[in-house]
Amino acid sequence: MKKSSTNVAFYVPYVLWLALFVIAPLVLIIYQSFFDINGHFTLSNYATYFSSGTYILMTFNSVFYAFVITVVTLAISYPTAYLLHYTKHKQLWILLIILPTWINLLLKAYAFIGIFSQNGGINTFLSMVGIGPKQFLFTDAAFIFVASYIEIPFMILPIFNGIEELNESFVNASRDLGAKWWQTFTKVIWPLTISGVKAGVQAVFIPSLSLFMLTRLIGGNRVITLGTAIEEHFLVTMNWGMGSTIGVVLIVAMFIIMFLTGERKKKRGRRA
Amino acid sequence: MKKLISLTVAVLLVVLGLAVWSAELQKSQGATGDNTLNLYNWGDYIDPKLITKFEKETGYHVNYETFDSNEAMYTKIQQGGTSYDLAVPSEYMVEKMNKAHMLLPIDHSKLKYLNTFNPDVMNRSFDPGNKYSLPYFWGTLGIIYNDKFVKPGEIQHWDDLWKPQFKDNIMLVDSARDIMGFSLVSLGKSMNTTDAPTLQAAKAKLDSLAPNVKAVVADEIKMYMAENEAAVAVDWSGEAADMMAENSHLHYLVPSEGSNLWFDNLVIPKTAKHFKAIYAFLNFINKPENAAQNAEYVGYTTPSAKAQALLPKSVREDKQFYPNEAIIKRSEVYKDLDPSVVGLYNDLFLEFKMHRN
Repeated sequence: MKKSSTNVAFYVPYVLWLALFVIAPLVLIIYQSFFDINGHFTLSNYATYFSSGTYILMTFNSVFYAFVITVVTLAISYPTAYLLHYTKHKQLWILLIILPTWINLLLKAYAFIGIFSQNGGINTFLSMVGIGPKQFLFTDAAFIFVASYIEIPFMILPIFNGIEELNESFVNASRDLGAKWWQTFTKVIWPLTISGVKAGVQAVFIPSLSLFMLTRLIGGNRVITLGTAIEEHFLVTMNWGMGSTIGVVLIVAMFIIMFLTGERKKKRGRRA
Repeated sequence: MKKLISLTVAVLLVVLGLAVWSAELQKSQGATGDNTLNLYNWGDYIDPKLITKFEKETGYHVNYETFDSNEAMYTKIQQGGTSYDLAVPSEYMVEKMNKAHMLLPIDHSKLKYLNTFNPDVMNRSFDPGNKYSLPYFWGTLGIIYNDKFVKPGEIQHWDDLWKPQFKDNIMLVDSARDIMGFSLVSLGKSMNTTDAPTLQAAKAKLDSLAPNVKAVVADEIKMYMAENEAAVAVDWSGEAADMMAENSHLHYLVPSEGSNLWFDNLVIPKTAKHFKAIYAFLNFINKPENAAQNAEYVGYTTPSAKAQALLPKSVREDKQFYPNEAIIKRSEVYKDLDPSVVGLYNDLFLEFKMHRN
């Protein structure tokens, strides 16, 4: 009896935290999303969202850019994490990868403005070698580059942990049994590290859906995502209902992604 | 883990110590409850030396808090919590706050310098008789161009922005009312248009500007223009003054067919408590010498005619920052529009930003 009551006491802070800072805001957002700008209860926000081409296009844009950012970071992070596994001073390298995340996002964005601008480092170099200045800022490429740079640590770490847990003898066994390098990778290494990849995808894709500072600073508002629309509805039009509606859609999208990338119980033992 | 905890505790202790120390310091300067003035203003919108001077002259302690949008300020004052004594909303926000009964009337009999104001900027439609507000700074919306890329005289009207030679070379300020507004003016319509078809037409015209638009940005526009990143920008006069201080190639102009006139105003919100300090401050900041000093620091246009006379000749006779009556007459002040119309402006502006050429 005594034991179980102490267990309950341990749960109290956690449950309180969850109720105050996760459940309550969620309920408030869902509640707000049912009110129009004049404070009347309505479903019209959802009707507007799903019937207006603008929001559908914006949703598509958000998902598309988040997808590209995730693919780019994954393409860079997996080999990096794999190589890190075999380097000597792992902890030092990991520290160097984590270090940029300690710097405020805004500072990093401004640093990139300096690098990409007409008089910035890259253009000075291009002029020196005779190519001449090019426009980098406010392009899709610049936006994806900077967003990927910012998200990369969050992709590398889970993959690195996944690879660390990989039992080396499986790899050796597959080689001994005559598997080619590519076969070893697709049949042994990748399936055994997939959970790290999934965690990384979650950690990158979800925040990327609602990036909004970068869309203005680096994208020059030529890239519009749902984050921009939420900011505008809360700060400019003061249409909290519509802003909340977009928030609810994003939350639902996140749950879908968690479900798709999460661990599911396999119903049948064998995989196709 | 132990090390980490002790480090965190140490940092927290140091912060706590510093907080107590600074509170003690403030107390010793006589900054107790009744002697304060809670000023709620835009960031970097007053000469800090004037605050020090005010504190020395009157003995009141100024708590300077900042906001970065009218709407953010509105929400914070509406929610209460802090007892702001003075706030600085723009004209349409004065109207909105007044409609929401969030303002207290200003007692004109306690003002010493009411007769020094420029009559052009007093008694405007958003607050007839200046019952609730006193202009703090005012200005226009206009075009900034860089004479390295644009010949003087090449841009005189809003329509000139659509010229193909400015392809991918114009920066716009990220503000729905202003950008939709100049498109409306270029169509010969009012900046306070509320009917949907006209707004759609203005948005369609903006879409055709998209090939020329390099970016739609906020404060960063100053930095970009100062560094020759773009040839042309559409921004407010005060921001233009900041850019021009950093880059002598930049020039500001207000198109002759008219533009927007904006006013930032001192108001007393319902939350105010320190009325003696409020009127002491209003009289201090509107004293011509102080108003002139403030205008030189901020770079915006002062509403005080006496202060204008004290400014250097090159400034006070600058037609772009102290526009003549003809431009003032042709320009419009924003009205507080119905929330649904504000929503429409913003939705159309968002669609314009998403428009790809």
